[in-house]
Amino acid sequence: MADLAVTRPAEFVPDSVARPLIEGEKSLSTVTRDVLAPMEARPTGLWFAALTASVALLAIGAVAIAYQISTGVGTWGLNRTVGWAFDITNFVFWIGIGHAGTLISAILFLLRQRWRTSVNRAAEAMTIFAVMCAGIFPIIHTGRPWFAYWMMPYPNFRGPLWVNFRSPLVWDFFAISTYFTVSAVFWYIGLLPDLATIRDKSKSPWRRRVAGLLSLGWTGSYRTWQRYEVVYLMLAGLGTPLVISVHTIVSWDFATALMPGWHATIFPPYFVAGAIFSGMAMVLTLMIIARKLMRLENYITLRHLDAMSKLVIATSGIVGLAYLTEFFTALYSGNPYEQFVFMNRAMGPYAWAYWTMVACNVLVPQFLWFSRVRQTVAAIFTISILVNVGMWFERFVIIVTSLHRDFIPANWFNYSPTVVEVATLLGSFGLFFTCFLLFCRFLPVVAVAEVKGVLKHTWPHSHVSSQDERKPEAAHV
Amino acid sequence: MSSRRLIGVFEHEQETVEAIEASRQHGFKVIDVFGPHGSHEIERAMALPPSRIPWVVFVLGLLGAGLKVWFEFWTTAQDWPLNVGGKPFNSLPAFVPVTFEVMVLFAAVSAVLAFFAVSRLFPGRKAVLPVDGVTDDRFALVLEQTDSTFDVRVVTAMLYELGAVHVQEQLA
Repeated sequence: MADLAVTRPAEFVPDSVARPLIEGEKSLSTVTRDVLAPMEARPTGLWFAALTASVALLAIGAVAIAYQISTGVGTWGLNRTVGWAFDITNFVFWIGIGHAGTLISAILFLLRQRWRTSVNRAAEAMTIFAVMCAGIFPIIHTGRPWFAYWMMPYPNFRGPLWVNFRSPLVWDFFAISTYFTVSAVFWYIGLLPDLATIRDKSKSPWRRRVAGLLSLGWTGSYRTWQRYEVVYLMLAGLGTPLVISVHTIVSWDFATALMPGWHATIFPPYFVAGAIFSGMAMVLTLMIIARKLMRLENYITLRHLDAMSKLVIATSGIVGLAYLTEFFTALYSGNPYEQFVFMNRAMGPYAWAYWTMVACNVLVPQFLWFSRVRQTVAAIFTISILVNVGMWFERFVIIVTSLHRDFIPANWFNYSPTVVEVATLLGSFGLFFTCFLLFCRFLPVVAVAEVKGVLKHTWPHSHVSSQDERKPEAAHV
Repeated sequence: MSSRRLIGVFEHEQETVEAIEASRQHGFKVIDVFGPHGSHEIERAMALPPSRIPWVVFVLGLLGAGLKVWFEFWTTAQDWPLNVGGKPFNSLPAFVPVTFEVMVLFAAVSAVLAFFAVSRLFPGRKAVLPVDGVTDDRFALVLEQTDSTFDVRVVTAMLYELGAVHVQEQLA
């Protein structure tokens, strides 16, 4: 068996992999300086412009939310036939966005993908903000959001009457609150060493003080590093099934209902793949913005964009296959209601939404097969935004087209969103980008300690200095 | 009790590993090693015992799952049984998703709390660094000056020989 190694051909290294993970020859201290620089300097005009726009959107959303809570859910375009529409679309959309953050931080960590170190911090931040945005919608949807805490099973004076643990909506509450907590904890643990670096390196005294408090007295002792790595591995191991469970449970909100178009066993894998697909596209959008705004082109390199683009094509393929499978199964089922729902999706009043979805999610990503496209930042940016549009429409199509023509034609009713609903969606984007821009400004966008850990794999020679001249017996005392 | 320490400062991970190995071979006591990023090589060279945190995660995860199953059974089948769509009061299969989530929550939070407790990390703790820069670009090997066999001059020479950029004595 040993001679197999001798006859093995030289390893094939494609061009995109041969590129260094981190551009430019960096030492440990330049990594610290480069990543911390945007926090120390006055933010760019572009950053201020982006923040102003985001806060404006957030303000529009806040007004809309205040209005719909004080007036009631009647301000939405819902009717007796379409009881779920815009808000649940937005909820599923935002939850899905979050999933790519966990994919990068947990799943790619377990798969030992070193390129994740440049993007995991920002992707995890994205997860947390996206879950926050997602949470807004079902809470308003309850109708009386001030009683949202009734979803929690606590001893109460109404019996005590407990929540119904057989309901997927209760599962969802547990899944999303757990997901949010674990993602936030994972993110904070990852930040600890970098907060200590800020504490020791920042020029601003108040930043040093805050980072000192948050870094919990981190010293960089390898006894702590060892436990830290174990905890990181544990959290990655727990986060991986967690992220799959969350979108599986979201899909059960639909799949456990006896509604043609929803009642399908393909829903969990279909939703999980779609979530990762949309989230990857959103990571690309954000990374392209962040590397520009924070001048981190050397850290978030074309190689990172290339790797993420490949994940977008892969998940686009899964999603496309799911669309086909779903359609085929409906037509093949012999069930006239199923057949009707799918024919109605593709050719009914919402056909434009269906074909937007197919075009953006299945056709547009195919351009990423070309390495020229994957090397062009503007092209990746455009594709990533189109995928986000497509994935929003996917949820809209699943929800609205399944509901608007139910079993009795007398009940058929079309749905269109009101201004209040659109303003709430814009507000959620405002919240998301406001949080993300503040994060870019006040925390290291790139995981400094993790990038330092992979530097030696990038430039091996920069780490082995003058060792060749050393005599092995020199160490004798 | 105060002890004298000798601190070797290195710029590279590999040199730190070699210095740790050489120190241990000569029987010096490595009090601790500090550095700016995680390194399995350094941890291996220090021969640290494996962390027991995974056991905490395992036990607390099981405990969370167990408590949750019991709670779901108690609320839906015992304390206030409600007929929901003719489903059995004790709907075990339907309890699985929430049980799983609570297991993950218990396991993850306990992992972090155990880590903070064992490493004594808490807000307001003052970080005492052996030398400046261990959270930036320096590795520090902290040796205890144990007995007469520990000749500061010779050990200092050895550390410089192994690539140290700076060696200093410290009273702790």
